[in-house]
Amino acid sequence: MERFVRSEGLVAPMDRANVDTDAIIPKQYLKSIKRTGYGPNLFDEWRYLDHGEPGMDHSKRPLNPEFVLNQPRYRGATVLIARENFGCGSSREHAPWALLQYGFQAVIAPSFADIFYTNSQKNGLLLIRLDAKIVDRLFSEARDAEGYRLAVDLERQTVTTPGGENFSFDIDPFAKHCLLNGLDEIGLTLEQADKIRAFEAKQRERQPWLF
Amino acid sequence: MTARTLYDKLWESHIVHEVRDGATLLYIDRHLVHEVTSPQAYEGLKLAGRKPWRVDSIVATADHNTPTRNWEKGIAGIADPVSRLQVETLDRNIKEYGARVYFPFLDKQQGIVHVIGPEQGATLPGMTLVCGDSHTSTHGALGCLAFGIGTSEVEHVLATQCLVVKKTKCMNIVVEGALGRGITAKDVILAIIGKIGSAGGTGYTLEFTGNAIRALSMEGRMTLCNMSIEAGARAGMVAVDDKTIEYVKGRPLAPKGPMWDRAEAYWRTLASDPGAQFDKVVMLDAASIEPQVTWGTNPQMVTTIDGKVPDPAQEKDPVQREWITRALKYMALKPNTPITEIRPDKVFIGACTNSRIEDLRVAAQVVKGRRIAASIKLAIVVPGSGRVKRQAEQEGLDKIFTAAGFEWREPGCSMCLGMNDDQLSPGERCASTSNRNFEGRQGPGGRTHLVSPAMAAAAAIAGHFVDVRTFN
Repeated sequence: MERFVRSEGLVAPMDRANVDTDAIIPKQYLKSIKRTGYGPNLFDEWRYLDHGEPGMDHSKRPLNPEFVLNQPRYRGATVLIARENFGCGSSREHAPWALLQYGFQAVIAPSFADIFYTNSQKNGLLLIRLDAKIVDRLFSEARDAEGYRLAVDLERQTVTTPGGENFSFDIDPFAKHCLLNGLDEIGLTLEQADKIRAFEAKQRERQPWLF
Repeated sequence: MTARTLYDKLWESHIVHEVRDGATLLYIDRHLVHEVTSPQAYEGLKLAGRKPWRVDSIVATADHNTPTRNWEKGIAGIADPVSRLQVETLDRNIKEYGARVYFPFLDKQQGIVHVIGPEQGATLPGMTLVCGDSHTSTHGALGCLAFGIGTSEVEHVLATQCLVVKKTKCMNIVVEGALGRGITAKDVILAIIGKIGSAGGTGYTLEFTGNAIRALSMEGRMTLCNMSIEAGARAGMVAVDDKTIEYVKGRPLAPKGPMWDRAEAYWRTLASDPGAQFDKVVMLDAASIEPQVTWGTNPQMVTTIDGKVPDPAQEKDPVQREWITRALKYMALKPNTPITEIRPDKVFIGACTNSRIEDLRVAAQVVKGRRIAASIKLAIVVPGSGRVKRQAEQEGLDKIFTAAGFEWREPGCSMCLGMNDDQLSPGERCASTSNRNFEGRQGPGGRTHLVSPAMAAAAAIAGHFVDVRTFN
């Protein structure tokens, strides 16, 4: 897993509620058997004017000038602010892969869907839940001030505005621990191999039909 | 001992180890694998030099990319080389690492992973079951803890047979009373989503109870649990009763003989204890549920067949107003349009939500002796599995559908997400028995209206949405 400690960067506002993972990365790109190469297809249907397919040269496709990430002032953004229930729908881990490979390091929203939240954490993409009113303020500030940046500190659990204002956020302590240390969760679990075997032996007695 | 919920019982019987800060190492009994979310997990396993912990927990199939026509061409029938490679990669991974059972593309028992799990007896009460697919919630209908996971977690389960997870809160959705004639499980779950919202179940596991739920068939309960994820919940479940036991008995992977008796005795304990405390309780009156039709780009955007498309001007919250406005623009619908005036171009009966034998029987009953409307460009029925397909053919359902102008296809996920050739073209409108009406879900620019199989069948005949209760 990638580590996440702190990050400071340009903010892009994605002003839509209930953004689903089908929108984050459309199905045709799920045919890939690789873990990389999804960045150019993040929000593919909103971002380009034509229909994209795997194998195209995406750098030559016509961009939708109205789509927020295509506006020059948001180029190079690393923090995405979004509305409630971001990442709902399909369990495709290609969604956090695409966000990370595009260049985002953190997403701030009032709420996230459960599976997307877990998938993001496993890949070092930090999801920050802030009160809807605060998110609303960040949206207006990001729109009003070109070049608006936010600093995110996972250790201190804070989001800091250019004006020096701090907003603290909650995060599950175990998720924080894993993110800060970039832990290999499989390796950690395998340290418990004896306990897993012991459980299996017990389960085999209790519910032998499962084996 | 304190009264426990069904979720408590399933959770507690699978704890291997309390890791820290409420994170639990939970043992996974059954791992369902399909071609889309597994290649990177197998690759990760290989790169780390690891082996699957317990191969006999794995049941695999190819379903998302597989075509629903031209099976006689064999693997070459998958025209898209990228799709073909993904299907072949699953073949290769299963060949290299093994599985309890594998139903590859073209196998007579292949089908949608969430249809074949229960029908093969690969899904059993009391289990923990995962799959790299959000609709894994379906399996909770059998009284097990089943939830969707991402590819990192697929790799974790392959390597360790466990997941590091936190216990969710538990919501009891109580549906009491009798469903009206023509009302199905699909209408019930859409009504629930309409009530609690598509994020209403976030952070919860749902347990559906009440006499309307007990009255549902196992297929109906699967439809219900299937769309728990559309209510935001990773898992949904229904307690074990006589119907569950009857359903599981005799399935290929179900226990037999004395082992069956032991299993059955245990399974019958799998219900919430009287007085068990839930974190939240939501009540619905079954008799008030009417046929549901979605009008927007999220399953929460749903109304009844006698309803109208909403007017965003009536919405006070600016974020919600913007959301509705955007959805209506995408769906090319005007505010206050009666639902019965909406005319689909295509009709899709299938998907892990509604492709089981009961779904096909209900739809066939509606179309029997009739023809699809001239305005319908394509109407397809995609059975959930090879077994469902053959059963339907034995009952003559295929003939009823084809006589009415429907195409009768081979099993798979098909037009639910259009990873194969079954897609909507830009601007096309579809009456669909699937589970998601997101933008572009069934094809770029496609417009999806989620309905029950009976309502989809009736729309195909009428050429517009129509109340199936007064249609016959």
